[in-house]
Order: sequence, then C-alpha cells, then structure tokens
Amino acid sequence: MRVRAQMSMLFHLDKCICCHTCSVACKNLWTDRPGAEYMWWNNVETRPGTGYPTGWEDQDHYKGGWKRDEKGRLKLTLHSKAGGLGKLFYNPSLPELEDYYDPFTFKYGDLFDTPQQEHQPTAVPISKITGKEMEVNGGPNWDDDLGGSDVFARNDISLEGVDDTVRAQMEEIERVVFNYLPRICNHCLNPACVAACPSGAIYKRGEDGVVLVNEDKCKGWRMCVAACPYKKVFYNWDTGKSEKCILCFPRMETGQAPACAHSCVGRIRYMGVLLYDADRIEEAVSLPDDELLDGQLDIILDPYDPAVITAAKASGIDDGWLDAAQRSPVYKFVKEWGMALPLHAEYRTAAMMFYVPPLSPVMSTIERNMVNLDLDAERVDFELLDQLDKARLPVKYLANLFSVGDEEPIRKALRIMLAVRSYKRLQSVDQSIDKTTTAMLASAGLTEELAEEIYKLTTIPTIDDRFVFPPYHREMSIEAMEDVMEHRGMAGFGALEAPHRGA
Amino acid sequence: MSTNDLLFGVFPYVAGALLVVVTVIRWRFRPFSISSLSSQLLESRRLYWGSVPFHWGLSTILVGHFVALIIPRGFEIWNGAPLRLYLLEATGLALGLWAAFGIGVLAYRRFTNARIRAVSSTMDFVVLGVVALQIFSGVWIAVGYRWGSFWGTSVFVPYVRSILTFDPKPEYVDPLPFALQLHAFTFWVFLALMPFTRLVHIITLPLGYLTRPWQRVVRMRESPAVYHPASEKPLERQH
Ligand code: SF4
Ligand code: SF4
Repeated sequence: MRVRAQMSMLFHLDKCICCHTCSVACKNLWTDRPGAEYMWWNNVETRPGTGYPTGWEDQDHYKGGWKRDEKGRLKLTLHSKAGGLGKLFYNPSLPELEDYYDPFTFKYGDLFDTPQQEHQPTAVPISKITGKEMEVNGGPNWDDDLGGSDVFARNDISLEGVDDTVRAQMEEIERVVFNYLPRICNHCLNPACVAACPSGAIYKRGEDGVVLVNEDKCKGWRMCVAACPYKKVFYNWDTGKSEKCILCFPRMETGQAPACAHSCVGRIRYMGVLLYDADRIEEAVSLPDDELLDGQLDIILDPYDPAVITAAKASGIDDGWLDAAQRSPVYKFVKEWGMALPLHAEYRTAAMMFYVPPLSPVMSTIERNMVNLDLDAERVDFELLDQLDKARLPVKYLANLFSVGDEEPIRKALRIMLAVRSYKRLQSVDQSIDKTTTAMLASAGLTEELAEEIYKLTTIPTIDDRFVFPPYHREMSIEAMEDVMEHRGMAGFGALEAPHRGA
Repeated sequence: MSTNDLLFGVFPYVAGALLVVVTVIRWRFRPFSISSLSSQLLESRRLYWGSVPFHWGLSTILVGHFVALIIPRGFEIWNGAPLRLYLLEATGLALGLWAAFGIGVLAYRRFTNARIRAVSSTMDFVVLGVVALQIFSGVWIAVGYRWGSFWGTSVFVPYVRSILTFDPKPEYVDPLPFALQLHAFTFWVFLALMPFTRLVHIITLPLGYLTRPWQRVVRMRESPAVYHPASEKPLERQH
C-alpha cells in the first residue's frame, strides 16, 4: 500500500441553481486573457444536453480517456506513443473553436460615437480573435435551461439506453426535465492528459493530486486537449500553450477554497482530502466495465484504519493531512454514505471529483394518482421512494453519467436523499416520527442519527464543514527554498514574459 | 573579400553561432516562448492539407540530405544502377512537390483565413517566405539540374563539409548556377532565423515520449525517502 492524498471536490447536484457564479469567479481569476476567452475551466451545463464543448462525451469522435483491450490491458484511446508522435503535425481528434464557440465582444464605442441619425445605434458583435464583425452562433451557456430541446437535449449521448417512450416524453413541454452539471477538471488519478503529452509537460502533484501543465515545457502539441475525456485542457491560441484548471492551488495552499467553490451561491460544493492507494490505480482502472465503479471507490482508503494511518505516515503524509482526511466531507459523502459518484468512470481516468445525483420532480401521472389516492403533498416523496422508475429524470440517464450504466448506485443515493427529506419533513412540519418513518429510513439503509448527520451536512453546513483544508506547510516545499518567481512556470498559469506569436 | 565569400564563407558561421547561442539562451531563460504555435484550433481543414504534406515532405527530404552528407559513398553506390538513380530522384522530386503543395496550402491559408491572418506575426510571414524559397529552389534544382543525388555528392557535399570542418571553401559554390546558390543560401538563412522564430520548435521533437512512463507524478516537498522510485520525481529545479 502506497498512500497518497488527493484534494477532491464534491458537487451536490440537488442544490445547483445554474447561476454560473462559479464559472464567472473562475473566469475573472484565471482566464480573462487573450487566447483564453473561450476557455471555461469551470462550466455549468444543462443536462440532458450536449454540454461544453459540444458533444464532449462522444469519445468515438474525440478519442478521450482510456480503453481496455480484449486482453484486459489498458490503452490510451487517442494514440500509442509512436502513433502520437506521428500526429504531431495534425491531430485529427482535436476539437475546433466552433466546438466551443467563437469568442466575441460588442462594439460598445458605437453607442457613443455614432453621429446623429434617425435610428438608435447598436453595439454589433465583433470577434475577439479577428476584431471583425461577426454573427454570433454560440456562446457560453448557449444551452442554458434548454431542456427538451431538439438541438441540445435530444443529442445527449448519455441518453443511450433510456426507453424511447421516456425520451419522447422528455421532449413534451409539460414533462420537460433537466438538471445542471457543473464541471471542472477532475484531477484524475490516471490522467489521460498526462499520458498523452509528448513533451511530458503535464504532471500530477504527489502531495495533493492537482494536475498541472508546466507552461515552460509545453510545446503546444495539444495531444492533452484531445486525450482528456472531459475536455478540460484547453489550447491557448495566443501563447501556443495548453492550459487547464489548476484547482486554485495557490488558494488551497493558503487554506482558502478554490474560487468556484468559495463563490458557489447554492453552496453545493464541498472539499476535502481523500487518501488513496497509488499502487492499485492501474489495477482499478483496468477492471471490466461492470466492476469499474467499485474498483475506483475501493482504492480510496479509510483514514481511520490504523493500517492506513501507518502506511500514510510511511508515505510522508503528516498528521495535519491525516486529520483533514478524517474530517473530510467528501469522504463522508463518497465512502461512508455512498451518496456520491464520479462522472463517467468508464473513461478509466479515475476522476476525483464526485457528484451527488439530483432528485427530480415526480412524474405527473404519479402526481395525479397521488391526488386520486388523497395523499398529502408531504407523502409524495414518500411514495416516490419506491417508485424511482417513475421519477421524471430517468434513473438510467443518471446511471449513464455517474455509474457506468448501473442503476443500483443511483437508486441507493436517491433513496437516501428522499428518505432524509421525508424524515425531516415529518419531523419538523408534521412532528410525527413514528414506526413507518423509521422503517422508511431503514429501507434506505439509514438510522435517525445518520439521517440527521446527512441533513446537517447537506442543508446547514458552515463554511468550515464544507471546506476542510489540510495545512499545506508551504515552508517545506521545494519552491520555498528558491526564487518564487522562477517557479511560476511550474504553476500551470501565468507568465514571466509576454508571449509573442510567431517568435 | 567577395560577396560570394561573405555569403557562403562567413555567413554560415554567423548563422551557426546564432543558432547555437540564441537557442541555448532561449531554451534556458525563455522556455515559455518556445512553442509549435499550432493554429489548428482556429482552422483545421486547410491545415490538414497543408501541414501534413509540408512537414512530412520536408523532414523526409531533410533526412535524405543528411544521409547524403554523412555517407555520400552510400549514395554513389546506390546510384550505380540507373534504375535506382531514377527511383531515388523520382522519390525526391515527389517529396519536394508534396512539400511544395503543403506550403502552398499553408500560405494560402495564412493569407486568406481571417483568424489565421489575425494571429500571424511579421516573423510568421518571413519564415513562410524563407521556407518556401528553400522548397522551390530545391524543386527547381531537381527539375532543371537533374540527377542531383548523383552530382550532389561531389559538388555540394564537399562545400558543406568544408563549412562543418571549419575550413570554409566558398569558392566551391561560386561557379554553381543561381538555383543552387539560392538553395544553399536560404538554408543558412533558415538556420539563422531558427532561434528567433517559431522554427525553434524543430529542436523540441519529443522523442523522449517513446521511453517515458505514461504517468508523471511530481513531489513538491523534498522527501525522497517516500518517493516511488519509478514513477515519482521531485519538482525540477530550473536553474
Ligand atoms: S479531467 Fe483533468 S486530470 Fe483528468 S484527464 Fe482531463 S485534464 Fe487530465
Ligand atoms: S455557483 Fe454553485 S449553484 Fe451556481 S451554478 Fe455554480 S455550482 Fe451551481
């Protein structure tokens, strides 16, 4: 057992309101520069939908992630090493700007400078690349709230396997349903971006698992952009270097949450340490599809286990980090409660950001039945608990996103959430906790104490409950002994020199 | 000193010195500025038709030139039978035309695509011009002064070797036709430009990729005792 620590983020999707505060906080901090305008290291997409960049989950097209060959060996989907070198001059799997969008601004000056005329002047859109007038055909969050749309929702490839009648229903105006999916780089344990980089410019930090691009070593071969199945490495057309989410490591190193998490209006984000067994990564990501999810969750170690603690100490993890790992809210949601899952574990990168799947409104047919049955509104959740298949957001769809198509882990998480919700409602509104209530909790695998604990961390956590950061001890890091400025190149962002194209 | 001496006796050393000194300085102190500066994100279709023929055509020919320089005897023996000579010449010409086609597409793309135009610098155009001259003079020689792989070993190789051995003999080039002089001179210009322009990406050909492990883990703290010897490394000190 070789223990390493990972800073991990958890997204409680049931709480996301798609306000994009996270995206804007990130953009203001990191990507408001020439060449990076189109990048959203944090984006929030409406699902079912095609996401950003368009259709990023289509790995037949983009060749992201890893695959398992017939002999059970792991292969990078994009290329073999020699094959990668052969494609340096043209990478057929690279997304084009149109797959994101053509960044634009408006000619605001015209509003002031236009000479007097009969009609009001307008600010026409201009391209941020060419500076010329352009027609805007796409932009950030172009798909916002367009659930049921035949352009976005219908083309979501994660709807595969969802019953055709259900799919048709999802496009009917009364039954449209959608949820929001905030995405950042998953800071994977088996990152495809690192593996694909011919220059060896991308690396995973041993201490906290943050995956970074060394801007000094990057030569702009852009294999990482294609290889990341989540499309979370971006190519800066101005500097000729790749850039990606840095998990705001300069903030984490000083005990602050990343900008997206810190600014989250819905308070849906949690952060904490996960310990994992680095010796077993390869084995875990090479398992057959149906064992993948369990395999990935299995290498996350119990921070209370004495054997793990000893091994962690031997691997250089200090008490501060161990303590943080024990108090980690992410560990609770992922391992203790089994409520959170990684996005698309089938990409075999062992993504380290986790999602609590969202609840959905009850199908109207059931709602009508409820009314017929004369049940109180409060009991609706209660009923849904056993009728998850009637939930408006198909369980199969969520399973395609979060559990490699297996509906069981999704059902488990949703039932826990529904049970806690019903329990709290019965407790605080009806004040009628009885045997049925405890039976209901038990059917979701909960006790009253556990339900309380889940309720607290879900609904009324303080900022210190949501974000548990270990002491980074920057004074012990290698850069601390050197000129700080010299190491900014290692940071994955920023530049000591103005980049010059053509030079 | 004649112009010929200047261009073919002195300038190669200026170019070589610039190449070595500036490249080392740039690599060491301005690594961030070294990039292939790909514009595939902005325009992909024409890049495919331009970049692939251009890069493969040119680099294969370049390797051919190097082989001729290192083992001219090998070329002479190979060309002993006319059929093999024809084969070599035809291949060379085809590769040259392929590269010429590629750079034609790239030039067309650079001039006509609004996005590519917008991100092009003056140096991009200079590089384009010099490389185009190189390729076109090469094709011109292949067509106009046939069997270059045959006479080249006795006409060109001695000159290049004289430069490499620091015993310059620019007079070897003096009587040669203009196309040959142009071809030689643009090569020296190419070398001189390399460290100052995007051409520098040639030296970054990432062959190390073939042997490195897939994953890279870098430690921020100096505690080698806990590194995994095969897969983890400490943060590199850059200076
Ligand atoms: S999600 Fe992040 S760490 Fe994982 S492959 Fe993509 S860029 Fe790399
Ligand atoms: S800030 Fe929070 S609630 Fe708002 S969109 Fe982002 S993740 Fe969702």
